[in-house]
Amino acid sequence: MTDRRKAQSHIDQLRLETPFHPRLQALAQQNDWYDWAGYKAPASLWDEELEYFAIRSQAALFDISPMVKYRIEGRDAEAYCNRLTLRDVAKLRVGRVHYTAWCDEEGHVLDDGTLFRLAGDRFRLCCQERHLPWLLDSAIGFDVEIAEETETLAGLAVQGPTAFAVLCSAGFEGIERLRPFDIADFQHAGGVVTISRTGFTGDLGYELFVDAGSALSLWDRLMDAGHQHGIRAIGYTALNRARIEAGFIVANADFITAEHAIRADRVRMPDEIGLGWMVDAEKGHFNGRRAILAARSGGTLQHVLVGLEIEGNVPAEHAIVYHRKKREVGLVTAAIWSPTAKRNVAIASLQRPHGDTVIDDLWVEIYALLELQYVKLMKRARIIERPFVKLARRGATPPGMS
Amino acid sequence: MTSSDAIVIGGGHNGLVAATLLARSGRKVVLLEAEGEVGGAARTHEFHPGFRVSSIAHILNRLHPDVVKAMDLQRHGLTLEGRAMASVALGDAEPVVLRGAYGEMLDGVPASEATAWKELRAQLIRYAGVLTPLLARRPPDLAGMPLSEKLALGGIGLSLRRLGREDMRDFLRMLLMNVSDVLDEHLTSDALRGLVAFDAVLGSHLGPRSPTSLVGLYYRLAGEVGGVPGGQMLPQGGMGGVVSAMAASAAEAGVAIRTGTQVARILVEKGRSVGVGLANGEELRAATIVSAINPRTTFLDLVGSRDLDTGIVRKVQNVRMKGNVAKLHLALDRVPDFSGVAPEDHKGRLVIAPSASHVERAFNPAKYGAFSPEPVMEIVLPSLSDAALAPDGACVLSANVQFAPYALKGGWNEGRPAFQKAIMAQLERHAPGIGSSVIASELLTPADIETRFQMPGGHWHHGELQPDQMLMSRPFFGAGGYDTPIDGLFLAGAGSHPGGGVSGVPGMNAARRVMAVTQ
Amino acid sequence: MKTYDAIIIGAGHNGLVNACYLQRAGLDVLVVEKNDWIGGAAVSRELTPGFLYSNCSYVCSLFRPEIMRDLELPKYGLQVIAYEGGAVLTQDGDYLASYRDHHAHRREYARWSARDAEAYERYARDVTRQCRFIQPLLMRTAPDPMSFRPRDLSELAYLGRKFAGLSAPEMAEMLRFWTMSISDFLDEYFETDVIKAYLALSGIIGTALGPMSPGTAYVLLHHYMGEVDGSVGAWGYARGGMGAVTQALADSFRASGGTIRTEAEVDRVLVRNGETKGVVLAGGEEVHGRLVVSNADVKRTFLKLVEEKELPDPFLRRVRNFKIRGSSGKVNIALDSMPEFPALPKDSPCLRGDLHFTDSVERMERAYDDWKEERWSADPFLDMVIPTTLDPTMAPPGKHFMSCFVQYCPPKVEGRDWTDADRDAFAETVISQIADYSPGFRDRIVHMEVRTPRELEAEVGLTEGNIFQGELTFDQLLFNRPVPGYAQYRSPVKGLYMCGSSTHPGGGVMGAPGRNAAAEMLRDLKRPAGHMSEAHDVI
Repeated sequence: MTDRRKAQSHIDQLRLETPFHPRLQALAQQNDWYDWAGYKAPASLWDEELEYFAIRSQAALFDISPMVKYRIEGRDAEAYCNRLTLRDVAKLRVGRVHYTAWCDEEGHVLDDGTLFRLAGDRFRLCCQERHLPWLLDSAIGFDVEIAEETETLAGLAVQGPTAFAVLCSAGFEGIERLRPFDIADFQHAGGVVTISRTGFTGDLGYELFVDAGSALSLWDRLMDAGHQHGIRAIGYTALNRARIEAGFIVANADFITAEHAIRADRVRMPDEIGLGWMVDAEKGHFNGRRAILAARSGGTLQHVLVGLEIEGNVPAEHAIVYHRKKREVGLVTAAIWSPTAKRNVAIASLQRPHGDTVIDDLWVEIYALLELQYVKLMKRARIIERPFVKLARRGATPPGMS
Repeated sequence: MTSSDAIVIGGGHNGLVAATLLARSGRKVVLLEAEGEVGGAARTHEFHPGFRVSSIAHILNRLHPDVVKAMDLQRHGLTLEGRAMASVALGDAEPVVLRGAYGEMLDGVPASEATAWKELRAQLIRYAGVLTPLLARRPPDLAGMPLSEKLALGGIGLSLRRLGREDMRDFLRMLLMNVSDVLDEHLTSDALRGLVAFDAVLGSHLGPRSPTSLVGLYYRLAGEVGGVPGGQMLPQGGMGGVVSAMAASAAEAGVAIRTGTQVARILVEKGRSVGVGLANGEELRAATIVSAINPRTTFLDLVGSRDLDTGIVRKVQNVRMKGNVAKLHLALDRVPDFSGVAPEDHKGRLVIAPSASHVERAFNPAKYGAFSPEPVMEIVLPSLSDAALAPDGACVLSANVQFAPYALKGGWNEGRPAFQKAIMAQLERHAPGIGSSVIASELLTPADIETRFQMPGGHWHHGELQPDQMLMSRPFFGAGGYDTPIDGLFLAGAGSHPGGGVSGVPGMNAARRVMAVTQ
Repeated sequence: MKTYDAIIIGAGHNGLVNACYLQRAGLDVLVVEKNDWIGGAAVSRELTPGFLYSNCSYVCSLFRPEIMRDLELPKYGLQVIAYEGGAVLTQDGDYLASYRDHHAHRREYARWSARDAEAYERYARDVTRQCRFIQPLLMRTAPDPMSFRPRDLSELAYLGRKFAGLSAPEMAEMLRFWTMSISDFLDEYFETDVIKAYLALSGIIGTALGPMSPGTAYVLLHHYMGEVDGSVGAWGYARGGMGAVTQALADSFRASGGTIRTEAEVDRVLVRNGETKGVVLAGGEEVHGRLVVSNADVKRTFLKLVEEKELPDPFLRRVRNFKIRGSSGKVNIALDSMPEFPALPKDSPCLRGDLHFTDSVERMERAYDDWKEERWSADPFLDMVIPTTLDPTMAPPGKHFMSCFVQYCPPKVEGRDWTDADRDAFAETVISQIADYSPGFRDRIVHMEVRTPRELEAEVGLTEGNIFQGELTFDQLLFNRPVPGYAQYRSPVKGLYMCGSSTHPGGGVMGAPGRNAAAEMLRDLKRPAGHMSEAHDVI
């Protein structure tokens, strides 16, 4: 009750600040903030174009603290996660992390995220949306405890070709042994920082998690060590470009999560957003299994998510996709001119069979607003593989220093 | 490990019906009953040496004619003819007596009231008649129906049209009304309104002024005995007599009945049920599992949440099934004398519900976890019609008493004596001296019913019988048509459409569904 | 003697909306009003010098934007300002606030329960889904399921298509939702009592039901379907009080050439050969009109203003059976300074929204139990607003007007009529509840007006003081409202129409009944209705 009273003051500040805020504030030359899940987060700090290049040619530091984080712990934690998510968690070894997704009973995706196996009976789930009621109700019949740790745990991503060099210089001994999707604990400020070789850029990179109280000292440690490796703090606009190049999707941007879809036709099954590969029909029961398998065998899947290359260089964000220039068959959910691939790329959601068996003669209609006039372009689109940018350094172990 | 075509879990009346019909279709059927005898809540038990009583359901008013026919129950010893019983509304003044099938004739009211009742009764029975076929079939399937089902539904639409325009308008207006307003529109007798209001809400967590409470009355009137809608009778030998006939029919059909056999879990492999595990560790295999027990027990305890989607677990947990009726059994050393009630009418159904507002007032505390200080009740004296139920000269009293909320604040161990006292005070008011004739008593609160009959919440219907938990939403959407999210697992209990009461319909429909979707 | 094209009985908001649309269609329209003021239950009255009272309705959210646009109400001074927040003050000295900011709202709920804070998302989604189905029905005439006329069939087909457009789980959920109690519905999402109590209030406001009564989940929708400038579900104040709505309507009406006569009480509707010819006023004066439209409730209209012999039996029977039990009262207070609520932070946005003191569903339901016994609630539910916090023009500088909507309050007290002593005792339960949370409250009171169903009936003409002109239960919704067979604004008397809240879609300052009635009348007159916007799309 006293805690409840104390928390009344939350209204004094409409947007929360992350534990790294003092440092971000100091670097925020553009004062360009946006609202990330209730937190004040930088869209751009000094120059979104150059911030992007910091990811691809140096090391970029990005505050991921607003990511929603849950700790899942208990005797049945593995069984719980296996029932909750699509992939086989029994195959996820301690010290490993995997990208996964979870569905409701109709097989519609509730969210995607990363599942960290911190110990045999302890996991951490990181995602965009909040799911506490779902996670708690999923725990019925399992010996497991669920706790949210979004506020208490600060997160930082270090991404880019010199990311490894930065961590080496910062003194994280043994970091060279981390292969992609490995996790390990390191000492920091008398406590522990958990580092995973993960990221949202398709580049060489790491994500670091630390108690909120040690956040600033971790930031300083990385910035001090990273100075000689060109480390720069960045905002979301730059990160978003990198993630599109890497072909990653974002919940409620590239698909609408089941708990947020007001219009019943907006929900998506894993196979409809390119996550069908996660579905493990051979493992035990999991949420959505029956519906997903029924949709597969009944041929009732409606949509498909594809990567597109679009002719020209005008980004096709939110453009309508046509078949034979006539028939509306989908929507571009994300698009950029990729500076690294030198291609005009896009992620699009198409109505089957388009994008599935019908893949030729696709077009996008781009409305480019230039000096208060729309320039309407009908451009040919070709389905191509994701990621659009594939970097060898991302997977090399030990990683290179540059 | 032994195997059969179908395993039926639970030997209540619905389990017996389902098992028998499946066996008659040529399937090898095993019926598993946890108790030492079949019957579930439709048993007759001895609560004091020489005194026997129907355990929970004590009046037969909705056993479906198709069930009687399909199981050949009359050949197996069930008697249905010539036993229509009166309903007696015990009021402050002269009792009002409904004779014949739910008041074909009415005593104890002025002629004008009798006329008004006649019209209202006819209207209610007409409207209940529209709903009757809906309550006998598998509920409509919203995701699309085979032609045969569409035609059947169309038939219901037609019978609605046949009412005529003005009647149909009133039907649609009244469908979800509260019973109290409907009664006020037609009647003036407090005792009569009290009785009908009581009947509408008996067994549910509603007061007569709760919207939709009229549905409960339709549900009652949609039942029949011996072809008479609204009829009711006391079965010979208690409700156990009905079950005996069913068990005999089951045995004849070749059902292997195993009593004393507690199922511990339903075995599920890759989303399909393949058998059951017994409490003793034994495993039985079958392609079809029919659960005629409570849906929550079926899903959460026997299947277990690990083999269910979270969304299904949520739905199961959201099914409201907190019972509100207690059952009182009294062993009396003599036949009680209810004031103003003719000796012959003591064989009827005696209802203490002095007015609709009294019933509403009795309901109020139940909303907050307290029992009614002045409970309302339905009393029968079965030994007057079946002398074998009590020693010579003695008498058995069986009463359904509400409101007795399952989740009583402070718990039933503490509340029971006070509640029993409140009930006895009501009885004493209408049958002075009855208290001194009590040899023994047994009060089953919903908590007792839960443990004794393995009915979570102690709810007769295994789930509130209110419109939001009816039809395809019974017990929840996704398991409303007897099949479930687990392939091969079917539901057949009162928790499924159309609901509780000794009708046999859920069991019959479940068996039909099994036959339709399996070879 | 002059014959009007149409005479509207009652200058309430629906009567005026109806009058405006008819006048703008080229008809010569007269509105007759019994009081010396217009507005019915949407009024601002200076009951004590310097203070404007919204003394009946007090919140403006349901009023259809299409109507505001068609009738040019902004030009005539209508402006609506959204609430800034709201709160329930709890018995333990804390509060549960509701904020416009999504994240602040979530964090506030999380103070009480982390689970509930997140469950709110799914709850809001599900309620929005239900609203999207209902909303398009507001501005349409309910089809008659018993009719084979092409229009009814096409409207039924429209409904069928809308329903068929839903997925099977959505259909099932809708059927379930419509018959649930708001309490049971909330139990499926939330664990915290105060959160449930706060959300349940929309399920009971204006109804003679408690939160545990089946059907109240639907009532919630009725209150959620409002919007303030596209912000669906938002509630707001009309600048200048609720009278600003009817004043704007009246000005718009007069500007288009219509006439309003006040202090012109209708004694009866003039009917000859089953056809209406006009009205007879209380003094005996006959006013002739080809059409007559009643803004009064269905009981008042057909049991008091029309002679029994003009009406067929089944219709009369159904009108008599129409349920119109009043369930609320109103205490309107002029304050010489802003009341303090120590539990709330200083200058909390909640003060610029609605405040409540009922922190559990049980207390709300118990308040209803009192009403069933024909007593006012000993521990009433209050919906309290101080509109002067957002519209300082309604009171002298630094002073405030406070509107307390009170539930439950019966039309009769234990079988007898209200007395002045009853009314004062009723007011005292309200004042003492507020004073428990606001020290010194009594000393700030400059003037107070107390309205029980007795006053609402006597002054505004609402039978039994029912603010919705009839209860919002299934038996009185859509094609059953007000009575089966006459749910399309027409009556058994040729030329006599209904346009009040007794008709579909019901009460609240919405204007839809008045508009829909006008649409049906113009259809009967074979007049174009081009000046009438189609209902906004729900996309």
